[in-house]
Amino acid sequence: MSPRSGPSSKRVRSIISKRVEGISPSGIRKFFDILLTMEGAISLGVGEPDFVTPWHVSEAGIYSIEKGYTMYTSNKGLLELRQELSRYLDSRYGVEYDPDTELLITVGVSEGLDLAMRSIIDPKDEVLSPDPTYVSYGPCTVLAEGVFVPVPTVVENDFKVKAVDIEKRVTPRTKAILLGYPNNPTGAVMERNELSEVAEVARKHDLLVVSDEIYDRLVYGVKHTCFASLPGMKEHTVLLGGFSKAYAMTGWRVGYAAARREIIEAMTKVHQYTMLCAPIVAQMAATEALRAGDAVVKEMVADYDRRRRVMLKGFNDIGLACFEPKGAFYCFPSVKVTGLSSEEFAEQLLVEEKVAVVPGSAFGECGEGYVRCCYATALSDIEEALRRMGRFVERHR
Amino acid sequence: MNKEVLKALEKDARATPEQIATQTGLPVAEVQKTIEKAERDRVIVKYKTVVNWERLGEEQVQALIEVKIQPQRNVGFDAIAERIYRFPEVRSVYLVSGTYDLAVFVVGKTMQEAAAFVWQKLATLESVQGTVTHFLLKRYKEDGEILDGGGEKGRRQPLTL
Repeated sequence: MSPRSGPSSKRVRSIISKRVEGISPSGIRKFFDILLTMEGAISLGVGEPDFVTPWHVSEAGIYSIEKGYTMYTSNKGLLELRQELSRYLDSRYGVEYDPDTELLITVGVSEGLDLAMRSIIDPKDEVLSPDPTYVSYGPCTVLAEGVFVPVPTVVENDFKVKAVDIEKRVTPRTKAILLGYPNNPTGAVMERNELSEVAEVARKHDLLVVSDEIYDRLVYGVKHTCFASLPGMKEHTVLLGGFSKAYAMTGWRVGYAAARREIIEAMTKVHQYTMLCAPIVAQMAATEALRAGDAVVKEMVADYDRRRRVMLKGFNDIGLACFEPKGAFYCFPSVKVTGLSSEEFAEQLLVEEKVAVVPGSAFGECGEGYVRCCYATALSDIEEALRRMGRFVERHR
Repeated sequence: MNKEVLKALEKDARATPEQIATQTGLPVAEVQKTIEKAERDRVIVKYKTVVNWERLGEEQVQALIEVKIQPQRNVGFDAIAERIYRFPEVRSVYLVSGTYDLAVFVVGKTMQEAAAFVWQKLATLESVQGTVTHFLLKRYKEDGEILDGGGEKGRRQPLTL
């Protein structure tokens, strides 16, 4: 064996690229490992629905396998799905996308985000994004050789980003604003007029807005505003959406990107060489999800809303101040009253009371002092978790 | 009448007015008033529990009986339906379209007991023209609940971002 190939090699060059080495691994691994060995634990640390996919959607997937739909689709995705999607986005948000040139079916929003970043970012280009931020926004920017610039948000403004705070950080290198509302981890929803102010900044400085709207259907008592539906914004927006949260389809891995032609062309190029296409069975199931209408989504949303109210009231009752989240399925209470950091809180809570939550610090500096709790969990488990957390707060305040 | 209150109760009949108030965002007093009115108006018919008796090894026989009826002048099927549904052995009765008229669900401790009810009580009624008895072999789903299901929820990863 050549002396240069083994671990004893004198070579200073690392096997792993600096770009990847510089990305820190997910902050929840150690909680995951503790949780796996624990009996009787309740996890509020999940990030997906607790419903299974509606049966008519699953059944469409099964049927497609039976009929032999087991091949590649076109790179852009099944035409029927793009046509349904085009109709859906038009009727729901009043934005028109040409199914042939302005829509791309992706392997979830996760892939859509990666494609968007790789297609629009040149080395050192800056991307502005509200902090707390979804965990993959920073790494996806860095993998595209961009620079991730967090824009702080605060509980006093219900963790909604202010246009002025974005504008303050605009430099000649700023290329895009990356938004994720309804928000993971905070549950914040931006109102139409607040988004319009962000749109104004984008227009003024000629920035693209990458809008991750995976939680668009999960809003409570408010209306979701599609960023691309704001006047003149379709040209400036890369809309990312999917089926995972609305239709409880996380494991199917199917989503979409919608944008003006040249952006979708560029994203399709990357997608074609890295992913080829989204799985055909998932695409057939997603087509059924769009065709079958909304009754089942509304039922799930009503169910989340009941649990949202229980969790929100519960946190405020036990002394963990929590602003009212209007979207997604997370509460983001403050744990500052305990004097513990969010990571200490999460770790001690897990050890002492067997309740798993995600420390807010996993989502950026502004998440410090908060924890993310998912209410897509059985009502009885939410109630029991609140009792345990109540005891924990009593001991630590 | 507030349907959210009824939906919450339909999901869990044991939910207290306080719990329902939290879930719906309504005042407790209004939830209480809604429930009282619903009970009075028989919008809420009954609070019941779906029991999987098979799990206890409890022997119980259920049969679906197709009943063909000669309808009577003026009262149609209603009079004969009442004659039938008043028997305590009868769990439910539906008037149906198709090749027979009444679908009758009967419960008994043994197959003999259920069968005896059919030939002694049902088949002998004057306007009953004929019956076909189907004994239930296995209950998969009842009142919207999958009896041996529910394992799906444990399939999530315990922590995800």
